[in-house]
Amino acid sequence: MGICRQTTKRRQVNRVMAKSLFIVVVGCGRLGSLLANGLSGQGHSVVVIDRRAEAFDDLSAEFSGFKVVGDAVESETLRKARAADADCLIAAAEEDNVNLMVAQVAKDVFQVKWVIARVAEPARELAYRQLNIETVSPTSLAGDYVLRSLAQDK
Amino acid sequence: MKVIIVGGGKVVYFLAKVFISKGYQPVIIDQDKDECLWLSQELKAVVLNGDGSRPVLLEEAGAREAIAVLAVTPRDQDNLVVCQLASKMFEVERTLALVNDPENQEVFHRLGVSVAFSTTHIMATLIEQQAGLEEVVNLLPVAQGKMTVTEVLLHQGLPSVGRSMQELDMPSGSLIGAIIRGDKVTVPRGPDRLQDGDRLLLISTPESYGPALRCLMGKEV
Repeated sequence: MGICRQTTKRRQVNRVMAKSLFIVVVGCGRLGSLLANGLSGQGHSVVVIDRRAEAFDDLSAEFSGFKVVGDAVESETLRKARAADADCLIAAAEEDNVNLMVAQVAKDVFQVKWVIARVAEPARELAYRQLNIETVSPTSLAGDYVLRSLAQDK
Repeated sequence: MKVIIVGGGKVVYFLAKVFISKGYQPVIIDQDKDECLWLSQELKAVVLNGDGSRPVLLEEAGAREAIAVLAVTPRDQDNLVVCQLASKMFEVERTLALVNDPENQEVFHRLGVSVAFSTTHIMATLIEQQAGLEEVVNLLPVAQGKMTVTEVLLHQGLPSVGRSMQELDMPSGSLIGAIIRGDKVTVPRGPDRLQDGDRLLLISTPESYGPALRCLMGKEV
């Protein structure tokens, strides 16, 4: 049942992804660079933001978007990345609080319609779901996955 | 009455001290272990070591009974999350956050923080408005800087000395709230005249601050 739900979700994503979108990715760490490379490879216009210029070394040859060096917690940086024009913003920095703040600023100040924040701590994630912030928690995803596969093995 | 302070350093130490002296029970959440040790030795306060933006820590600090939560870390994102968790999860009524980037003051208000204050903004205003004017002794921004209260010292030779309130024609948006003459404080009325040595309490909006000072001192500000 879990797998079934996942495929429908993926189908939805594919449908939305059919046209080219303008996407801002905050944080160019492991998750951020993976997303930036992938989305750019799919033909979307991507702007990736990171505090450290070295972080952009993880971008692959298929990445054809823009890079902005700066702290995304400052509105000035989001303006430089033209966040107000973005269809989607993905907050994928290392720190939960950076992502939670950037996601809310993107949504409320820059009026970005589709905002997703990566939140590692499950307790914090729960609180922010109630604030209508779409969150994704690698910790919960990995935890659920392991628990589910252990249950199946039994 | 319990007040939770999230942050570190001297700011937290002195804040807690002020709260204790006024009869509040401050609970401090600080990430630095050594500092926690020092704070708990110096203060009659509960000190918790850890990340105040984690719900577990706030709960342990007693956020449910707290009348206010103050977030004064040097990181805006942490201060915002502390305040939001406090009000959403623990229904703390008043949340106060320090903002380091002055632009975030507005943003924090929109995102539900009761009071957001920016030391950068306060200091910039102070310097901007006070620089070069020996007559202006004290300046206090009120309501997030929408109003300023200034103490102005009058001395012989200023155009306003010897004139009455009626004759002064203070610009709109400004008001002389009180005249301090020796030990006496009066709330001035139309016929009252200003004297050498008077100290005035000037209340004004930031826009009319300059014109009001010009009216009192005849100087470009």
